[in-house]
Amino acid sequence: MGRRVAIVGAGQTYHKSARKDVNGQELIHEAVSRALEDAELAIEEIDGVVIGNMDHFEGINYVDCWSIDGSGGYLKPVIKLCTGGTTGTTLAIGGYHMVASGMFDRLLVIGWEKNSESDTTGAIVTATDPILDRGVMAGALAGLAIEASEYAAAYGATPRDAARVSVRDRRHACNNPYAHLRKEVTIEEVLSSPPISDPLRLLDMCPRTDGACAVVYASEEVAEKICPRPAWVVATANRHSYSRFADVMGQTGMLSLTVAAKELWRKTGIREPLKEIDVVELYQPYSWAGLIWIEDLGFCKKGEGPKLIWDGVTDMGGECPFNPSGGVLSSNPIGATGLIRCAEIAHQIQGKAGARQVPDVQLGLATGFGGCWWSDLILFSKKKPA
Amino acid sequence: MTEKKDHEAELLTVHSRTDVEQVYRYSAGRYLSRFLVELRDHARIVGVKCPKCGTVYVPPKQVCDPCYVEMTEPVEVSKEGTIRNFTILRAAFVDPETGETRPVPYAFGNVQLDGAGSLLQNYIVADDESKIRVGARVRLEFRQERTGNIRDIKCFRLLE
Amino acid sequence: MERVAIVGMGQTKIEASKESVNYPELVYEAVRLALEDAGVGIEEIDNVITTSNDFWDGRTISCMPVGGVSGGYDKNISCVEGDGTFGAFYGACRILSGSYGTTLVTAHSKGSESRQIAHLITNAAFDPIHARCLGLDMVTACALQARKYMHTYGITEEECALVAVKNHGNAFANPNAQWPLKITVEDVMKSPRVADPLKELDISPISDGACCLILASEARAKKFRKKPVWLKGVSFCADAYQLGDRNLAECKALEKAAEKAYRMAGIRDPRREIDVAEICDAFTYQELLWTEGLGFCARGQGGKLVASGATARDGDIPVNPSGGLLSGHPVIAAGMYRIIEAARQIRGEAGEMQVKEKVRTALAHGVNGLCGQSHCVWILGSD
Repeated sequence: MGRRVAIVGAGQTYHKSARKDVNGQELIHEAVSRALEDAELAIEEIDGVVIGNMDHFEGINYVDCWSIDGSGGYLKPVIKLCTGGTTGTTLAIGGYHMVASGMFDRLLVIGWEKNSESDTTGAIVTATDPILDRGVMAGALAGLAIEASEYAAAYGATPRDAARVSVRDRRHACNNPYAHLRKEVTIEEVLSSPPISDPLRLLDMCPRTDGACAVVYASEEVAEKICPRPAWVVATANRHSYSRFADVMGQTGMLSLTVAAKELWRKTGIREPLKEIDVVELYQPYSWAGLIWIEDLGFCKKGEGPKLIWDGVTDMGGECPFNPSGGVLSSNPIGATGLIRCAEIAHQIQGKAGARQVPDVQLGLATGFGGCWWSDLILFSKKKPA
Repeated sequence: MTEKKDHEAELLTVHSRTDVEQVYRYSAGRYLSRFLVELRDHARIVGVKCPKCGTVYVPPKQVCDPCYVEMTEPVEVSKEGTIRNFTILRAAFVDPETGETRPVPYAFGNVQLDGAGSLLQNYIVADDESKIRVGARVRLEFRQERTGNIRDIKCFRLLE
Repeated sequence: MERVAIVGMGQTKIEASKESVNYPELVYEAVRLALEDAGVGIEEIDNVITTSNDFWDGRTISCMPVGGVSGGYDKNISCVEGDGTFGAFYGACRILSGSYGTTLVTAHSKGSESRQIAHLITNAAFDPIHARCLGLDMVTACALQARKYMHTYGITEEECALVAVKNHGNAFANPNAQWPLKITVEDVMKSPRVADPLKELDISPISDGACCLILASEARAKKFRKKPVWLKGVSFCADAYQLGDRNLAECKALEKAAEKAYRMAGIRDPRREIDVAEICDAFTYQELLWTEGLGFCARGQGGKLVASGATARDGDIPVNPSGGLLSGHPVIAAGMYRIIEAARQIRGEAGEMQVKEKVRTALAHGVNGLCGQSHCVWILGSD
């Protein structure tokens, strides 16, 4: 059997819409320095680097090679993983396997994106099939708008319900010094913000952000030696159910998330996620996902998402806070976004989350989402898994 | 650009720009070539059916993912269908393919053509925007001049 | 520690242009062949890793279209962006971590779709701030490396040409090779100059091809019909990024990766203990340089090595009996094709390419980045 693995340190940059003060390698270096400091390790002690971003956003080919100056990967094993929006969590899952395999003892995992350096829409368009979809485009957000409209038609949820999610996350972000957007919004402000793609408005959506995140994974033996409270990886599950946008069959909700969640709960023996999980960092690129995907995850029944939100269950101080960091609605450096979810959960478990700390976290869930309707899940715990 | 091989179906190559300088030449492959040729020559929509689960995929592809079997049976589907989901774009963006901005507002969505299991996406056009709903009926509209490209389909027109 | 074996493999023929299929269809062909080879159905596969590159495919999230055809619909699946040897490495980790018993790994290249802008694709590997506008691409950058290497050690263009003669000649024995050629050193020397000192016949073509490996844990490997090919050692390593930060006449990263892989496999004298090597000869001079990095000869002796005939199919350290990349280069899939050719040798299934009856240890190699910045070395064994 493989070894147990934990996150022993994490760091991220101060996320902004344009980090003009640094180039890509310097952005990466900022996150790496913070992660090493947090883990109390020197770069010489790192025995491998795993890195990811979405190529076309920066227009750089062979990023694993290009990033050496910032990642510290000089004369070390360096490998790149990329699965679109899920890249950050894909990296987190990859880091786990590579250490659990025995191939690495102290692995540096980096996710980053410098969205300001490109035309985001232009880059996202090439995610679509060149023969079928590119000639009939409606931009990156139409797909999400479509999911929301389907959900609203099925369960009667309203833009007001979704707006409550934005209000929650933007309020949470005020506790997070690294967040890109750190200003609260009200329901009315969300409902009157400029319409993008029905039913979505500007304040339902995540921003475009420059940022990087780095996390240090250690094997069991090393983790226990160097880290007072490692954040242990309990289990992971993922699904990339669709090979083409055209295959989305029109089910309400996120198929890949529903299936991956079922696998995760089965593997870990968790029956009532809402009761048993202490905190969730949900990769939630837009407000409605905060209603739909908590149902798909099994935190409540289908159609009951809004009630959970309005009851304050997912607010700080609630039974199971979601996105204490402010989530993706507050910062979205795409290649890093999924990894930030993991870094945040790790710090929650380690008690290092400062003003956004949820008390006494035993189990924390990080999720990843990709624009091709993909889902990744990782469960972390304070207690070392059996 | 097309290439004929003996008695085999016509194979197409589709040009797609990712930016002004970089032009890729994508092979449509047998399945999509047939779909595009039917579209071009006959304004017909031809999908493919999975022998195991019976799902009809429009547009067609080689493998049914859930069943993991190759699909070979072509199936023509109706030009009419039902809106399964949609959105109305109100913020303009520059289409990287054309460099143009499509005037807003415009509707866009996924339609299940009668006889198909998967959804086809395209623009939805209606005289009265408020009549566009999930469950509404639409019909495909084709261009007069067709070249074997997905844009040969002009839009879904709402059946009032 | 757990062991991992290759229990199934499939590759499409490497071709200049396979216009009848799109790249997911190409991958499906390779997967089908691998499943047939392994004698199992897709249900025996526990998880999937795909390997691709957004620039070469002209597609952001280039892994999206190949997930389904790789059998990934209802499985845990991930993607490596880089050479196939790296993808296969992650696939092996997923088994060694104890999470899965089998992994299916795919890699593909539809180079024909982007061949006319290949120079832009590799130009994009250069630093956008201070290097890209100078217009270097992979070919011109490698021309710089070739010049530096030749200047440092006195390697000659004729010695490099011997690689082209050998490998194109070897390709006649490989039914999957794109470009078998009967040529002489003079033919290579007379071929048009592309970027001095590189001539047309010093440079590999850009091809279409997809391949697939099925990996299994030791416990599961028993269930497959063919004798397992064991992973004995694997390592990878990246050199500095800026060309100016490196001594291009050396390959430190390869030396380090090889050293670690040899240690894992218990190899002390690679020249003697390795029966056959399949390495990435994207350019003729690179085969010479990599044989030095792999320790088959001393630094600077790569030219003498090939001239001695030692790396011929019947030499004492055969290199690229399959014809190598010079005979067909599906970018990204390249390293995985090397793994498959090396594994074939161990299985004794290499047909006319077979270097000897009993191949105990084989080496496969993959490369990422400019001028071989990052290398991955695989050591495979018969037991």
